[in-house]
Amino acid sequence: MSDYDPVEVTPLHADEVARMEAGALEAIKAADSLDALKQARLAHAGDRSPIALANREIGALPPAARAEAGKRVGTARKAIGEALAARQAELEAERDARVLVEETVDVTLPWDRRPRGARHPLTTMQERIADTFVAMGYEVVEGPELEGEWFNFEALNIAKDHPARSEHDTFFVGSADSGMVLRTQTSPLQIRALLERGVPCYAIAPGKTFRTDELDATHTPVFHQTEGLAVDKGLTMAHLKGTLDRFAEVMFGEGITTRFRPNYFPFTEPSAEMDLKCFVCRGASAVPGNPPCRTCKSEGWIEWGGCGMVNPRVLVACGVDPSVYSGFAFGMGIERTLMFRHNAEDMRDMIEGDVRFTLPFGMEI
Amino acid sequence: MRVPLSWLRECVDLPAAVTAHEVADQLTAAGLKLESITSHGHDVKNVVVGEVLEIEELTGFKKPIRHCKVEVGEAAPREIVCGATNFAAGDRVPVVLPGGVLPGGFEVGARKTYGRLSEGMICSERELGLGDDHGGIMVLPEGTPIGADVVELLGLRDDVIELEITPDIGYALSIRGVAREVATAFGVPFRDPAAVEPPAGTEPSWPASIADETACDRFVLRRVTGFDPGAQSPLWMRVRLTRAGMRPVSLAVDITNYLMLELGQPLHAFDGAKLTGGIVVRRARAGERLETLDHVVRDLDPDDILITDESGPISMAGTMGGLETEISAGSTDIVVEAAHFSATGISRESRRHNLVSEASKRFERGVDRELPLVASWRAVSLLAELGGATVQPGVTHAEVDVRPARIAIPASHPGDVAGLPYSKEAVVHRLEQVGCVVTDGADPAVRSGGVDPTGVITGGELAARLAVTGDDMITVTPPSWRPDLTDPNDLAEEVIRLEGYEKLPSVLPKAPAGAGLTEAQRLRRRVGRALAEAGYVEVLAYPFISADDFDRLQLPADDARRRAMRLSNPLAEDEPLMRTTLLPGLLKVLVRNTGRGFADVALFETGAVYRPREGAPAAAPMLGVERKPTAAELASIEAALPDQPLRVAAVLAGEFERSGWWGAGRPASWADAVQAARLIAGEAGFELSVIADQHEPWHPGRCAALYLGDTLVGHAGELHPRVVEAYGLPPRTAALELELTRLEAAMTGPVETPAISAYPIATQDVALVVPDFTPVADVEAALRDGAGELLESLRLFDVYAGAQVGEGNKSLAYSLRFRAPDRTLTVEETTAARDAAVALAADRVGAHLRTS
Repeated sequence: MSDYDPVEVTPLHADEVARMEAGALEAIKAADSLDALKQARLAHAGDRSPIALANREIGALPPAARAEAGKRVGTARKAIGEALAARQAELEAERDARVLVEETVDVTLPWDRRPRGARHPLTTMQERIADTFVAMGYEVVEGPELEGEWFNFEALNIAKDHPARSEHDTFFVGSADSGMVLRTQTSPLQIRALLERGVPCYAIAPGKTFRTDELDATHTPVFHQTEGLAVDKGLTMAHLKGTLDRFAEVMFGEGITTRFRPNYFPFTEPSAEMDLKCFVCRGASAVPGNPPCRTCKSEGWIEWGGCGMVNPRVLVACGVDPSVYSGFAFGMGIERTLMFRHNAEDMRDMIEGDVRFTLPFGMEI
Repeated sequence: MRVPLSWLRECVDLPAAVTAHEVADQLTAAGLKLESITSHGHDVKNVVVGEVLEIEELTGFKKPIRHCKVEVGEAAPREIVCGATNFAAGDRVPVVLPGGVLPGGFEVGARKTYGRLSEGMICSERELGLGDDHGGIMVLPEGTPIGADVVELLGLRDDVIELEITPDIGYALSIRGVAREVATAFGVPFRDPAAVEPPAGTEPSWPASIADETACDRFVLRRVTGFDPGAQSPLWMRVRLTRAGMRPVSLAVDITNYLMLELGQPLHAFDGAKLTGGIVVRRARAGERLETLDHVVRDLDPDDILITDESGPISMAGTMGGLETEISAGSTDIVVEAAHFSATGISRESRRHNLVSEASKRFERGVDRELPLVASWRAVSLLAELGGATVQPGVTHAEVDVRPARIAIPASHPGDVAGLPYSKEAVVHRLEQVGCVVTDGADPAVRSGGVDPTGVITGGELAARLAVTGDDMITVTPPSWRPDLTDPNDLAEEVIRLEGYEKLPSVLPKAPAGAGLTEAQRLRRRVGRALAEAGYVEVLAYPFISADDFDRLQLPADDARRRAMRLSNPLAEDEPLMRTTLLPGLLKVLVRNTGRGFADVALFETGAVYRPREGAPAAAPMLGVERKPTAAELASIEAALPDQPLRVAAVLAGEFERSGWWGAGRPASWADAVQAARLIAGEAGFELSVIADQHEPWHPGRCAALYLGDTLVGHAGELHPRVVEAYGLPPRTAALELELTRLEAAMTGPVETPAISAYPIATQDVALVVPDFTPVADVEAALRDGAGELLESLRLFDVYAGAQVGEGNKSLAYSLRFRAPDRTLTVEETTAARDAAVALAADRVGAHLRTS
């Protein structure tokens, strides 16, 4: 039996372990790719690596020597493991950075394979107006565009021979005495709302209207209005003014200045015109000596629409007792509203259907 | 209405400092809206009266030229070159001196002309802004002081306020009416130019009578003789007429026009020498004709109101006089007519003959019935004063007994309408300012006798329905110049406008809670939004189409869409029809866009079409307005109106998916049109059934009929090549048209929440071979029906045609997904369901499983 001298086991010599560790760290540091690091891991930390083989030798040592040798090898293995992990993280980060750079694209490239369309601003304007009044408790009413003359004129107190009638340049259907016209205003919807719904009645009625005007920058034979009607107990002109002031604010923003001025409509009495202070000159052009204003023709004000207290004659024609109920009505031009709110200058753009006009308005207005 | 401020000032004590703009602002606030203000003569300076001392005629020029020495009150006379020859030495003339300015900012200096020095200019009336007369120099009356300022002397400086007068207030078509409003607005005295007392005269000046009391309720004639036909209208009259927008004609005509402008009473002057016997106001008789002042021979209607003498018609009452009895250059005997005619009668007459005159405008808006005696007296007075005529004694005065209306209201009524209480004193004061007589207590009366004012129905049950009662009643008698004041609310408006609309408070009413938008209204918004999101741009085309459109659309002769409502007065003669389909309008807008360089266009429109009803009456009846119509009466109107369903249509051309750096795009096709229809139906919660159809204007092999159950709701596909050609469309333009109203009608209640099964999916693919004419929709329906309830979804993922499936066949590859709500399906179960699906497909459309 020979002596068993642990010092004689070469791999567990301190300087041998240190050499293994140094070699491993050197190889890890030298690994310049994840593949190289994998090779280094196999060579210096794998099952067949010198340090792993040295580790196995520990069991053969006399018990007294094991602790020290174990500690020495363990420390070395830990250092190698940490170096591997660190290098692994470093190389992965390098790889990631490189790949992401390689994958870079030009994000400014266009991708308009399926361009979006748009809704017509006159449609969305009608919807916005409807929403404004629906929020106040009104309901949206509708009626035929090709309308009975009785609804468009007689019931609205516009008698056949009244000069107000000739101010409506009317399209007649069939013959001039067929009793059918293209409605010249949305006001027949007042009659329909009252006949169909009775009172109290809070109705908003945007829609198409027709007059025999040739198309130009400020006229079109087919245009849009919104009618508003409120009939209830105790309604007054103050309520009319309050409603239109609110409407103007919603449409044009706080700080809009409005003016109520007497006017005449057969179906309202008293009647008024709602004017807006000119957006362009803010009324300055009306003062003599100041530069003229094209938008308001130097009047300082722009007509927005007509309004008034529902003529009791209209209530009678609809079977509503004017001694119990009163009401107000108004009719605003949608095209005008669009012109004022969005600086649309030419009416022709609204009807020609050029997609360049409509697209910027998107889905809502 | 054009109102010279100087004329207005004659009737109102306006403070001198008040400007035209201030007057216009007040009038606008009172309801007489400012149109524009035109200033005259404010820039004119250095125009003085001169006396022509010497005239030297220069020769050798193309026209006569004079070199004059003119005394203008300076140290030495001025030398002035002049091209006119109508003046003589000794005449006083207006002279603009060097450094002076004529109307329009035209500056005059000293200059060399025609070889002589000219220190200023001798002026014509036109150069002074006084009228159109440019026939020569304006020669001033003898004795006009030399050196006097011509601006002051001739009243060159004035502002003309142009007002927009609403059709209810005829009285405001006069200086008198406007002045009354100005006086009220400024709280200053009003001097009524009609406040003259004609002498009492009972003998008629010419025999006359009213034969139709519905046509005329007052007819006045006065007569002058010995009128000097050579007499000229004075300058001030001509200037006023011109500035008020009328052309001076002759003294007699100018006087009638001047008084019409000042008072509002139209007047007519007849040549007394050309009248034959007594005058009668009556309606026309069948076959009567009259040549009017404008040299038009007019066939008269039995409803026309005429002035006649024994020779027949001599004037269309209140509209235009006859040529035969017109005063001419030689007339010395003049009969002046002032009358009060039926407003509706004149309105009808004027429209019937397409003849709008200054007189008819006033009569149809209402003229003061008390004016004829006064206005005619002022006319003959002026004819005497300015034309040297002798006024014949007496006056012809035919009239009908008229009792004016009285309206009773509670004194609080105007305040109740306004939402702003007014004191009784304020109410009475304002009504009196308008010219009303106000008394305490309720004593209303309906107007009786005489002609109708402005077509307003009064009296009877309606008066009772319009009556307002309450405490502290007052009774109001409107003045003769306000026939428009008939109802309690008319009086309320007068009080409120004079108290000031600007004083009305602004109060939001509290409406009862509303129900929001209807389901149909919501659907329309969703459809618009969905189409826009899908790439379509909304347009709003005119609904006017041409019969040619039906041909362009290749519609068969008996196609229902060819039956259209026709306008009697279309804007464009070739587009008199109301659309029965939305497509023509959309196609024209598509062409416009492609013409402007947009090759890839997708458009849509939502709008009504107008479809005449079978057997509809040709006319809708005119109902009364004194009460609510009965349901049957209303139905009789609706029966005549066409059906007006709402439709949505879309057209598309070019690339629907664009080509670009990513590669090729995809042209718009029939499939996009059908898919858009599915999208629309989907917004209504429906899945459309698609069936191949042949329906113009679509391509007979690429047209889908779209059904909701058994209800046809529209068509989609590629347009017929001949339609493409007829409208000049891009090749293979596709289109769809769908009736939204039918979708709305079919919409059911809220969506039922589906049960979500947590059990695993089982997928089975099948490839079926069918004859290639077999519609995929039929195969799919068979598979669905055959697979039964376990089928969760089914998707066609490949279509193949080729040698492997045999000539005339196609192979359809489907992925079928099965799932049960309550268990994991076994392979046997899913296979059985798949086999059942295939078996039904085999049964219905002859499908068999593809084997290779």
